Amino acid sequence: MSKQTRRPITVALAGQPNVGKSTVFNMLTGLNQHVGNWPGKTIEQKSGEYRRNDRVVCLMDLPGTYSLSANSEEERIARNFIIRQKPDVVVVIVNAAALERNLYLVAEMLMLPLPVVVGLNMMDVANGQGVQVEPHVLEATLGAPVVPLVASKNQGLGELIDAAERVAENPALFSPNRPAIRPEHQPILEQIHALIAGQVPPPYPEDWVALKLLEGDTEIAAMIQQAAPQAWEHVHLLLMQHEDAYLDIAGGRYEWIGRMVRAAVVRPRAGALTLTDRLDKIATHPLAGLALLLGIFAFVFWLTYTLATPLVDWLDAGVISPLAEAAEIVLAATPAWLSGLIIDGIIGGAGTVLTFLPILLIFFAVLGVLEDVGYLARAAYVMDRFMHWMGLHGKSFLPLFLGFGCNVPAVMGTRILEDRRARLLTILLAPLVPCTARLAVVAFLAPAFFGKAAALVSWGLVAGNILLLVFLGIVLNRLVFKGARSAFIMEMPLYHLPNLRTIGLFVWHNALAFLRKAGSIIVVFSALIWVLSVLPGGDIHHSLLATLGRWLGPIGRLMGLTDWRMMVALLSSFIAKENTIAALGILYGTNAGEIGLATRLAATLTPAAALAFLVVQMTFIPCVATMAVIKQETASWKWTAVSVGLLLLLSFLAGVSTYRLSHLIGW
Amino acid sequence: MSKAETESPSSATSAPTEHSLRALSELEAGQQGIVRLLSGGKEFTSRVSALGFIPGTEITVLENYGRGPVLVAVLETRVALGRGEANKVQVEVPNEA
Repeated sequence: MSKQTRRPITVALAGQPNVGKSTVFNMLTGLNQHVGNWPGKTIEQKSGEYRRNDRVVCLMDLPGTYSLSANSEEERIARNFIIRQKPDVVVVIVNAAALERNLYLVAEMLMLPLPVVVGLNMMDVANGQGVQVEPHVLEATLGAPVVPLVASKNQGLGELIDAAERVAENPALFSPNRPAIRPEHQPILEQIHALIAGQVPPPYPEDWVALKLLEGDTEIAAMIQQAAPQAWEHVHLLLMQHEDAYLDIAGGRYEWIGRMVRAAVVRPRAGALTLTDRLDKIATHPLAGLALLLGIFAFVFWLTYTLATPLVDWLDAGVISPLAEAAEIVLAATPAWLSGLIIDGIIGGAGTVLTFLPILLIFFAVLGVLEDVGYLARAAYVMDRFMHWMGLHGKSFLPLFLGFGCNVPAVMGTRILEDRRARLLTILLAPLVPCTARLAVVAFLAPAFFGKAAALVSWGLVAGNILLLVFLGIVLNRLVFKGARSAFIMEMPLYHLPNLRTIGLFVWHNALAFLRKAGSIIVVFSALIWVLSVLPGGDIHHSLLATLGRWLGPIGRLMGLTDWRMMVALLSSFIAKENTIAALGILYGTNAGEIGLATRLAATLTPAAALAFLVVQMTFIPCVATMAVIKQETASWKWTAVSVGLLLLLSFLAGVSTYRLSHLIGW
Repeated sequence: MSKAETESPSSATSAPTEHSLRALSELEAGQQGIVRLLSGGKEFTSRVSALGFIPGTEITVLENYGRGPVLVAVLETRVALGRGEANKVQVEVPNEA
């Protein structure tokens, strides 16, 4: 054949959670990926391109799901994508070491009218456990291509795409061994099929819809109820008589799986303790596991302080200050307002915020490692009993933990909670988790305010936020949410070595998001603050900003913040938490050379007021981006207002009592 | 009807008598059992069965400390169940009087 560009193919990448699906996706697409949201949903959508020779392969990374029922938003997204968008082929990644459980998704996938290729991943893990899997035997029994992979070592991925291309070119040749329903329910399935025949909205396949109806699928039931109300009445009656069908269908799938793997898998009887078993003896122990979790927390903060702080200082003194000086020379001939706007406004504000980059990079790198090695699920397990105090369960800990990076993904991460009540409560609590932006402000100010005690104070601030969070959780649960708890059901993945590429991409996407924020909203805000600080007369002490700050004076004085500039700095954190520093940088001036901003600030505040300032900063209302996702996720202005109001009150009370208490002990 | 209790349709092992069934949460670490009954409504049943908890499946309890969640090995994977959820999975423990 002549060398010409061939038709691009679309491959949907499916798989249960914890099978290395994202490793496969990252290995194939690298930086050629687009991360967004599914239309109208807040679940992350990743797509990417893999080019080779004369072919473009468009990969769509479907959410990780255990099945294709309507149990979760992820499952609805995955199946609706496959049915409506009709990719050329679905590649299902399975874990060779836990094939029986993983083939459940394959069993469901084969019921859809699309070619399926199975990527048999983690072959190294399976071999390490003494499990022998024969891909060819499995391929023969399934009637679908099976490609062995070690995605973390980039083994087999080329062959996987080869197989996908072959199937995509000749879909007619694809005739898999599809799981059949148990004989006792076959007549009912046929009855349902006959009732809905010709009335199923395209492109939904009729036999699949009939099966899902028998399973009791709520989404499909609603669809048929609307599309064919008369048929639905009969179907509904039939279903009422066969409510037990679900377990039978699921059981039938596992029996089918048993037949598929019988010849293909040889498993040693009662294996020795694996590494995961041994590590879990500690990581999931109620006491040792908790100690480990606290130790990891301490390590993360220690790492941030020892690694990132010198880098932040270096960026501040070695990059931003020289940049301001250089700009001064370059802009000497321009009007004063322009050089003021650029040097004092944008460089002093947004530039200072940019120096936080090392803190974010280190935090997200550590978070990425913890997630990738499989530890975070253990943290959720250990925290389950404590989350019960607040009427939540272990899974709520994961979005909250994510909040240490940024509150926006934390609020969005509550999607993993199945129950609306638990979601709402977790969303209300999330802003009390100090994000990297707030921690960066603390990391910047605490050493200047408290010298050697900075680490201790920072720890205390974080602990204070967590105590407030637990307190608020208990109170809200008692007073507002009096309902029942939702189910805690969560898989614990195997521990494995971190994949540098996966972590690298995670850090890269987060750093990019930060730089975008610094380059847009924070630049605009810095410029705005500067303008407000010079208008109307050019003198900062008689500016509009000063008027606003003085107007807030009475509140500030209650917590020892007598300088209006501190109140403005607090208010400005509503736009973005880093703005506190940006605003202080503008209001107190940056081009100081030897004496840094933090040192100058320390001179103007008493220790009690400085502590109160940091406490308010840590507990203040969520930033505008977080507030926007709270509105989006709760779909309610009322709950958004409740969130902001609660935190406003809480931070005010916390600030005042901190100041008063510090005074009592003689600060 | 919200309750979807279903007797095991499997005939591979002898049918268990009612008194030999125990809640999964009552098993100690290291104990094995066979899932016989899921009592917890359709959503619960649907979620756990996709994870392998289905009548006839063998399970091993890995961790079970007092009031916290229970860690269970099922189909070569590890699944954490909250205490309430572990109460809803009825298992038969072989070699037990």
